[in-house]
Amino acid sequence: MSTAVARRSTLPGFGLTMGLTLTWLSVIILIPLAALFLKTFELSLDQFWSIVTSRRTLNALKISFGLSFAAACVNLVTGTIIVWALVRYRFPGRRLFDAIVDIPFALPTAVAGVALTQLFAQKGWLGAPLAELGIKVAFTPIGIFIAMIFIGIPFVVRTVQPVLIDLDPEIEEAAASLGANRWHTVFRVILPSLIPALLTGFALAFARAIGEYGSVIFIAGNLPNVSEIAPLLIVIRLSEFRYADATAIAVVMLVASFLIIFLINRLQRWAQARIPVH
Amino acid sequence: MAIEVKNIVKRFGSFAALDNVDLKVADGELLALLGPSGSGKTTLLRIIAGLDWPDAGEVAIDGENALSRGASERQVGFVFQHYALFRHMTVFENVAFGLRVQPRAIRKDEATIRARVKNLLDLVQLDWLANRYPSQLSGGQRQRIALARALAIEPRILLLDEPFGALDAKVRKELRQWLRSLHNEIHVTSIFVTHDQEEALEVANRVVVMDKGKIEQIGSPGEVYDNPATAFVHGFIGESIVLPVDVAGDAVRLDGRPLNIPALGAASGAAKLFVRRHDMAVGPAGTGALEGAIRHVRSFGPIQRAEVALAGSEGKTVIEIDAPRDRELQAGEIVSLQPRRYRIFAAQG
Repeated sequence: MSTAVARRSTLPGFGLTMGLTLTWLSVIILIPLAALFLKTFELSLDQFWSIVTSRRTLNALKISFGLSFAAACVNLVTGTIIVWALVRYRFPGRRLFDAIVDIPFALPTAVAGVALTQLFAQKGWLGAPLAELGIKVAFTPIGIFIAMIFIGIPFVVRTVQPVLIDLDPEIEEAAASLGANRWHTVFRVILPSLIPALLTGFALAFARAIGEYGSVIFIAGNLPNVSEIAPLLIVIRLSEFRYADATAIAVVMLVASFLIIFLINRLQRWAQARIPVH
Repeated sequence: MAIEVKNIVKRFGSFAALDNVDLKVADGELLALLGPSGSGKTTLLRIIAGLDWPDAGEVAIDGENALSRGASERQVGFVFQHYALFRHMTVFENVAFGLRVQPRAIRKDEATIRARVKNLLDLVQLDWLANRYPSQLSGGQRQRIALARALAIEPRILLLDEPFGALDAKVRKELRQWLRSLHNEIHVTSIFVTHDQEEALEVANRVVVMDKGKIEQIGSPGEVYDNPATAFVHGFIGESIVLPVDVAGDAVRLDGRPLNIPALGAASGAAKLFVRRHDMAVGPAGTGALEGAIRHVRSFGPIQRAEVALAGSEGKTVIEIDAPRDRELQAGEIVSLQPRRYRIFAAQG
């Protein structure tokens, strides 16, 4: 007589959780995206190509991706500095500043858009002095850029912050005892340790800025070819009942975003492999 | 290089981590700072390295005031308990770090740096790991790399903070002997901090025993073991039997009964009798200073360890003694105990 020994994993619930995960991801993400692609098949290849390469579309995509990239770069630098100040120093109001970082997460984007527009309008608190310098922010691409910085900053701060907190202060002491000055310690020891987190923060801020709609359209002015972002162009096409046009632009954005995120992900993997979590 | 520490005071809030500490370390010494946690030994080491600053006092390295310089200017090698290796650099780059961050004026060329790193990796016998990352190394290997990295800058002195504390017992033993022989080879003045008395006695030329921010005794391993200067040192180093006694003139009494041993000049009043476990001679009943019933015997190696309930204490005072195995002791046997060597220290407080 033999007794069968069931092979059981010590972690329970694999079937249930995996099933739910797949179902949920399909319903929420994969099926809508598939529908998006299907819709574009209503167009012939030529039609698709002419929509995608039309001047207005190309400019909208250029504005969306270009400004998002620039905003993410700015957020990467300023976000890192903010994290440094919040983590390394104890100053009055630190907790308040820490909480303020989350506001762009929580604020309805339309509210942010209106607020920024008021602030940077020609008679606004910041818009007026800037106008005197001959810099026009509201209703120009600079406005879009600022809105994208606004909504992206918490992504960098919140991804890098826990990693910097966990960074062993002994690493810096070791660097100092080996004769390194502050510059060497920061650029050769601390920042390289933060690279995976910095890349993640950058990717999230970048992705968020590409998809941002609410706060941007208020401040952008929305001039075709000048300050019209791709998501807005999609909405315009939808309101004109040109659904296939809208989805064609959407597909281009989707593929481009996917490629960028994929690339950043690979970079991050590469960095992570060099700095494994112990 | 010689190190001189004078009247160092360091407080953390109201807690005195170091309370007027003086210490002289001669050139080429291998010194152990030994003490329980909170004794101030790590704080003292960090102050010498420039990683902490004293509230008062002086530190001189090779006759030069060290406190006027920061950690990065002192040319002091420091090895951390948890290695503190740079995770994003290979073993090779970790060791090379100190050479690469030197001011441009004195920085060596790439070939010299490579040769020097290679030499150091050979010295710690890990040249085959040059291209690995720290996370791929065992604890013992990481600590040897940390040591090689500290030696790369040709430190004037080498400081090690609980260098073997995070390692398992077997690796720790190997590394101890290895550190000893390494020191014999390179002779750099070294101080290591430990709470492990065995480690201190086995590795160091000289041992500094610390407690509560003060130095209790400085001496060779033999001196601190055989002639402990204070009750703390006697209790901390080696296994001791401690009995509360009263001293009156030259008479010593335990629980009011006289013990037939001289007081060795201890002051009259409440005191503590310290005897090493193996310094308690066992004899037939009625022949020694103390008497008791053996409760339990365990034999291993060359000794037998017996638990003895002392007579006259209603069996409450139980001591452990180590006896040679020339005569097997039996549980239940009544024996006498005679301290061969002992110390009496006045009870504190």
